[in-house]
Amino acid sequence: MNLNALWEYANPVKFSRTVSLVLPWVSVLALVSLVVGLVWGFFFTPDDYRQGSTVKIIFLHVPSAMMAISAWFMMLVTSLIWLIRRHHVSALAAKAAAPIGIVMTLIALATGAIWGQPMWGTWWAWDPRLTSFLILFLFYLGYVALWEAIENPDTAADLTAVLCIVGSVFAFLSRYAVNFWNQGLHQGASLSLDKEENVADVFSTPLYVCIAGFVLLFVALVFLRTRTEIHKRRTKALLARERLG
Amino acid sequence: MISLLLRDLRLAMRAGGGFGLGLSFFLIVTVLVPFGVGPGSALLAKIAPGILWLGALLACLLSLDRIFALDWEDGSLDLLATSPLPMEGVVTVKALAHWLTTGLPLCIASPVFALLLSLPPEGYQWLILSLVLGTPALSVIGTFGAALTVGLKRGGLLLSLLVLPLYVPTLIFGAEVARRGAEGLATTTPILMLAGISAGTIALLPFASALVLRVNLR
Repeated sequence: MNLNALWEYANPVKFSRTVSLVLPWVSVLALVSLVVGLVWGFFFTPDDYRQGSTVKIIFLHVPSAMMAISAWFMMLVTSLIWLIRRHHVSALAAKAAAPIGIVMTLIALATGAIWGQPMWGTWWAWDPRLTSFLILFLFYLGYVALWEAIENPDTAADLTAVLCIVGSVFAFLSRYAVNFWNQGLHQGASLSLDKEENVADVFSTPLYVCIAGFVLLFVALVFLRTRTEIHKRRTKALLARERLG
Repeated sequence: MISLLLRDLRLAMRAGGGFGLGLSFFLIVTVLVPFGVGPGSALLAKIAPGILWLGALLACLLSLDRIFALDWEDGSLDLLATSPLPMEGVVTVKALAHWLTTGLPLCIASPVFALLLSLPPEGYQWLILSLVLGTPALSVIGTFGAALTVGLKRGGLLLSLLVLPLYVPTLIFGAEVARRGAEGLATTTPILMLAGISAGTIALLPFASALVLRVNLR
């Protein structure tokens, strides 16, 4: 495949048209895999012998936590594309992804607290993973607040893009700084390619389906919100032209 | 560059409040803490390093919006942008001036505040060392935040929301140096990390600050 063809989607019209074509399919796929994954996970997996049925919150917790981090990473990439190649769709996609990232972070924190209460005996602990997620949440809030505060759309896109890049560096630093600051309660990675001890297969297969569902859901929401942003901007331009003419 | 630095310092001194305000704020925080947690010196000594670092951080934060706001309003920032001095240089000088007017006084005065919070005597040198190493990073990061919000009408709250998460690593390592020093533990690792953060931010962040400042002046 010719990679240069990808840049065609920097054209807002082309982007909107393709999104309109693809969006129903992505949404349906997201819905199907979420329903299959969650129903399978909640009703057709055995209870853990120590954790009982609380273990099943993993099907919400792990995918949302992964998406919370991936969303920020996507914003970093689109911010870089905006700063380097000045494609408006890219900046709008970053703007569209941020609130979704906030919701994903909140889901991960809330499900973690609900699971932690019976298992660790506390809703919240200043554990490195929990703390860095809370810090990530703050970064998201600042990013969205900066978008909201600036009126000129190009200035806002520039400033938030730089904030996203600088914030990424500091979020990364904070992640390792909090490791140093406190030892953790949180268990290690549930799924990794190079480790012996992963989640048992009965759990991991529906978990993969759930992760796929969350990814598809995220993609569908970003497409939808980016298209809305494009339409919003076009309406504004049309209204301005009408007032002039 | 030197004349710009001198001008900023002179402005901070004569405008009233620039120099002393951060220090007074630091004092008030230190005085209020015992009212909040009780006067027992064992507890105070335990939390003193963290409180002193938090106080220094908030005192720094308080004076951030002054870095560019006045120059933005009277147009001298535009003049600076068109001057032969590169924007990166302007931003660095501004950060340095901010550190000299808030960070340095805090470092010098911190033993007095540590005394109020009954920090053990062997912790003093570590507290001062951690502040000397850490507050430059606070000023440089804060200058970035100030450059981001310079054109906004009510940027104060937004500035805090943007800057405070960026302060997390500095605060962690800075307070860790002071805490370990007060408890007589090994301090080499956090000192190196803190110095690394300061050196890294001083070297790299002015470029980002200059970039956003140019965007804001566009």
